[in-house]
Amino acid sequence: MSRESNEKRKHYRPAENLQLAVQILILVAAVIFALFPIIWVISAALNPSQSMSSQTVIPPLPETRVITAEAPGRLLRIISPAGTRVERSAEMILLVEIEGEEEELRAPKNGYVENIRFAVGETFQDGDPLYDIRSSYLINVDTLLNTERKPFLRWMFNSVVIASVSSIIVVLITAFSAYSFSRFRFAGRRNLLVLILLVQVFPNLLSMVAIFLMLQQIGQHIPFFGLNTAGGLILVYVGGAMGINIWLMKGFFDSVPRDIDESAMVDGANHWQVYWRLIFPLVRPVLVVVGILSFVGIYNEFVLARVLLRDKDSWTLMVGLWQFISATFGQDWGVFAAGAVIGALPSLVIYLSLQDQIVGGLTQGSVKG
Amino acid sequence: MAEISYEQKRKRSSFGPATIIRLGAVYLGLMIVDAFALFLVYAFATDGVWELAITIGLITIMVNIINLRRDLYALRWIAPALALMCLLVVYPIAYTVYVSFTNYGDGNLLTKSQVIKLLERETYLPEGGKVYAWDLYQNPDGQFALWLTDENDGDKYYFATMTDFSPVESLAAGAEKPEDYQGYRKLSRAESLRASGQAQDLTFGTEAAPIGIAGRRDAGEFAQRYVYQTEQDVMLDRATGSMFYPVYETGRDENDQVYRTGQFENEAGDTLRTGFIANIGLKNYRSFLERDDIRIPLTRIFLWTIGFSFISVLSTFTVGLLFALLLQNRRIPYRRAFRTLLIVPWAIPGLISVAVWKGMLNPNLGVVSNMLRAIGLEPPPFFIDPGWAKAGILLVNLWLGYPYFMLVCSGALAAIPSDMYEAAEVDGAGWWNKFRDLTLPMLLVAVGPLLIASFTYNFNNFVIIEAYNEGGPPMVESGTLPAGHTDILISYAFRLAFGGGRGADFGLASAITIIIFLMVAGVTLLQYRLTKGWEETSENV
Repeated sequence: MSRESNEKRKHYRPAENLQLAVQILILVAAVIFALFPIIWVISAALNPSQSMSSQTVIPPLPETRVITAEAPGRLLRIISPAGTRVERSAEMILLVEIEGEEEELRAPKNGYVENIRFAVGETFQDGDPLYDIRSSYLINVDTLLNTERKPFLRWMFNSVVIASVSSIIVVLITAFSAYSFSRFRFAGRRNLLVLILLVQVFPNLLSMVAIFLMLQQIGQHIPFFGLNTAGGLILVYVGGAMGINIWLMKGFFDSVPRDIDESAMVDGANHWQVYWRLIFPLVRPVLVVVGILSFVGIYNEFVLARVLLRDKDSWTLMVGLWQFISATFGQDWGVFAAGAVIGALPSLVIYLSLQDQIVGGLTQGSVKG
Repeated sequence: MAEISYEQKRKRSSFGPATIIRLGAVYLGLMIVDAFALFLVYAFATDGVWELAITIGLITIMVNIINLRRDLYALRWIAPALALMCLLVVYPIAYTVYVSFTNYGDGNLLTKSQVIKLLERETYLPEGGKVYAWDLYQNPDGQFALWLTDENDGDKYYFATMTDFSPVESLAAGAEKPEDYQGYRKLSRAESLRASGQAQDLTFGTEAAPIGIAGRRDAGEFAQRYVYQTEQDVMLDRATGSMFYPVYETGRDENDQVYRTGQFENEAGDTLRTGFIANIGLKNYRSFLERDDIRIPLTRIFLWTIGFSFISVLSTFTVGLLFALLLQNRRIPYRRAFRTLLIVPWAIPGLISVAVWKGMLNPNLGVVSNMLRAIGLEPPPFFIDPGWAKAGILLVNLWLGYPYFMLVCSGALAAIPSDMYEAAEVDGAGWWNKFRDLTLPMLLVAVGPLLIASFTYNFNNFVIIEAYNEGGPPMVESGTLPAGHTDILISYAFRLAFGGGRGADFGLASAITIIIFLMVAGVTLLQYRLTKGWEETSENV
C-alpha cells in the first residue's frame, strides 16, 4: 500500500483498525519468539546460581547471606580467605574443630567469601555468624575470564587474530582476481569462473582428511603452517574463501562503469595505476564490508578449527565454547551463558550495524552472479 | 587516431624506469616463491609424500608460466588466488576422489611400502635361540651395553656391548650385579625405563650372533621375522616358513560383512597384523547398495537430508515473507525497531544459538520443558526420540533462518512498483488475489535463486546437526557404523571419517562426499542457469 493512498484516506474503517491490531499482535509474538532465547541466555549469564533448572527470566537480586555455625567449635584454618570466588557450592571455606573432631565447612552456594568473623584459634558458639557469602550478577563472567583450565580470553584473542589476518588476506587477494575477471577479456575466462564456482561447492569439511594430512606434512618442514597453529588454520581459511569472494567482488567491480578506466588507459595509465588510483578507491567501502563479513564468518567457524587445533591454548573461541556444550550442561550453564553472550557480541554488533549493506551484498552477489 | 596514440603510449611506458622496477619486482618475487617451492618439493619428495611434492611443483610451474608470459598478463592478477585454490581446494578434492576408490581407514592407514618397512622391523626368536633377562648399562660416551642373565642356566652372566659379547668370568653366577663394569655404569630403574625405547632399536653383541631387546624383560638372539622379496612381491615369515601374498581386494565375507582388502595373506587365510592402503575400485560405491548396514541408513539419511533442506527453506521463507509483509504496513508503529529486533537471531553465531536452544529444550531442566509442565503437558523427548529430535532441529533452524528471508523479501517487496497495486485495486482485486497474482510471482523472480542457494546451504548445514545432537539418536540399523536419525549426508560422512566407535573409514566417507558434491554441484549449475548467469557472463566475454 503506497503512502499516497494512505494519506488520502485519513479515516480508517474499524475492520482496518482490527486488522492493524492483529498485525501488531503477530509482530509482538514474533519478537518474543525471536528474542526469548537471547533474553534467556543473558539472564542465565547474570544469574548467580549455576543451575539450569532454577533459572528465572529475571535473575534474582544479588544478596549477601550470613553463614552461621550449627554447633560450637573452634576455627582451625581458613581455606578460602575473604575475597575468594566460590564456583561450586561444595567448595571448602573453613576447617573447624567441633566436639574434638576436624570438620570442613563447605559453602552452601556460590559467590564471594567476605567478612570472616573469627581468627584462627578462636572459638565460636552455636548460631554465631561465621562469614558472609555475597552473590553478584557478574560472578559467571568472573569465573569465565579467570579459570585457568578454560582460557577464555586466550581463545577470544586467537579468534580475533585468526579472523582478522585471514579476512585481510582474503580481501586483498580476491580483489585482484575480481578486477581481472571484471576488466580483462581472456581465453577461458568464463570456464574458469564457472570452475571456481563449482569447486567452491565441494564441502571442504570433508576434504578435511587431505587438509589434515597436508598440514601435518607441511608442519614438519615449516612449523609455522603446521597442525595446531594459527598459521595453518589461516592458510586453510584463506584458501577456502577464495571462490565465493571472487564472485561476490566481481559483481561489485562490474558495477563500476568501464568508461572510467578506459579513458584513463587512453591517457597512458596502465592496469596497475587504474586499479590503485581509480577502481580501488571506488570499491573500497564494499571491500571493507566484504572484509568484515569474512571476519565474522571465520570468527564463527568451528568445524575446521576443532579438527585442526588440538592444543587447548591454540583453540579459537568457538572450539572452546563447543567444549562447554559437549560437557554437562547442568553444571556450567551460567558460565557457558556468559561465554555465549560475550562471544556473540562482535558478530551481533557487526551484523546489526551493517544490516543494509549485507542485504545489498547478499542479493547482488547471488542474483547478479 | 586514439588507437595509435594508445599503442604508442603503451610502448613508451614499457621502457620507463617504473617498468624496469616492476619487472624486477616480478622476477625477484618469482625467485623467492620458486626457492621456497623448491625447498618444499625437495622436502616432500624425500619424505616420500609424492602427491604433495607433485602438486606443489605443478602449482609453481603454473605460477611461473603465468608471470613470465606476456599474453597471460590477465592471469597474473588471479595467480595468487589460483595457487591457493589449487593447493587448498582442488588438491584436497582430487585426494578425496582418489581416497574414495581405496580402503583408506583404520587398519589400512599406511602405504604398502610403509607397511613392509614396519613388518620388517619385527623380530622373532629362532629355534635354539637363547633368551636372557637384561639390565641396561651405559658408558660416559653414552653408549649402551647389556648385562645379560641366562636364567635357564643357573643365572650365568654375560656382558654385551655394541660390538662384543662375552661371558662374565670374574663373578660367580647369581652374584650381585656390579654398579660399574668395564667402564659402563649400571642405570637405575628409572633411567633404564627412560632409555629403553632408544636401546630397543639397537643390536648388541657380535655381527654373527646379534642380540636385541624384545620386551621389558627379554633380550636374546632375535632375528628379523618378515622378509619382503621384491621380485615375487611376497612376504616370507621366517618363523613359520609361510608365504604371505598381498591381497588387494578380497570378496565379501557373507557372515560378518567384513571386507578384507589391502592385507598380506597366506594360503591358510591368515593375515598379517597391519593392512595397507589398496585400490579397491568401486567397492565403496557399490557398498551403498550391497551392504545392509550402509544401504538402509544411507537411504534414510538421504531422504531426511532432502526433507530437512526442503522444509527448512519452505518454513524460513514462509515465516520471513509473512514478517516482511507485515512490516510493509506503514501504519505499524516502530517498524524499524521491529525489523531490527526480528533479525537478531541471524546475527548470533549459529553454534551459540543452537547450544542455547539445546539448553532450553533439555527435557529435564530446560525452560521450554518447564513451561510445558507448568501448563500440564509432558515435555517431549527432544533428543532421544527420532521424530521429536527432527522437529526440534527444524524449529531451531526456523529460528536461525527466517531473518535472512525476511530481509531479502523486504528488499524485493519494496522493489515492486506501487502503481501495479493501484491498478489491481481499481480492478477490484482483494488482498489474497493481489498477493497470489502480483506479489508472489514478482517476489519469486527475485528470490527464487536465493531459495535454491538456501537449499544447498541447508543440504550441507553441518553445524546445526552436530551442535544439536551430534546426529543422534543413533540408528540401530547401521550396526557398528556410526549413523544417527538426525544425521544428514554431510554429518554422516563426517562421522564415518572422524567419529564413531568402530574407527575411521575414510574411503567410504570420501565416496559419500563425492555423491554430495555431485548433487550440490548439479543444483548450483541449475541455479546458475536460472539466474541467467550463463547469458550474462557470455555477454561480457
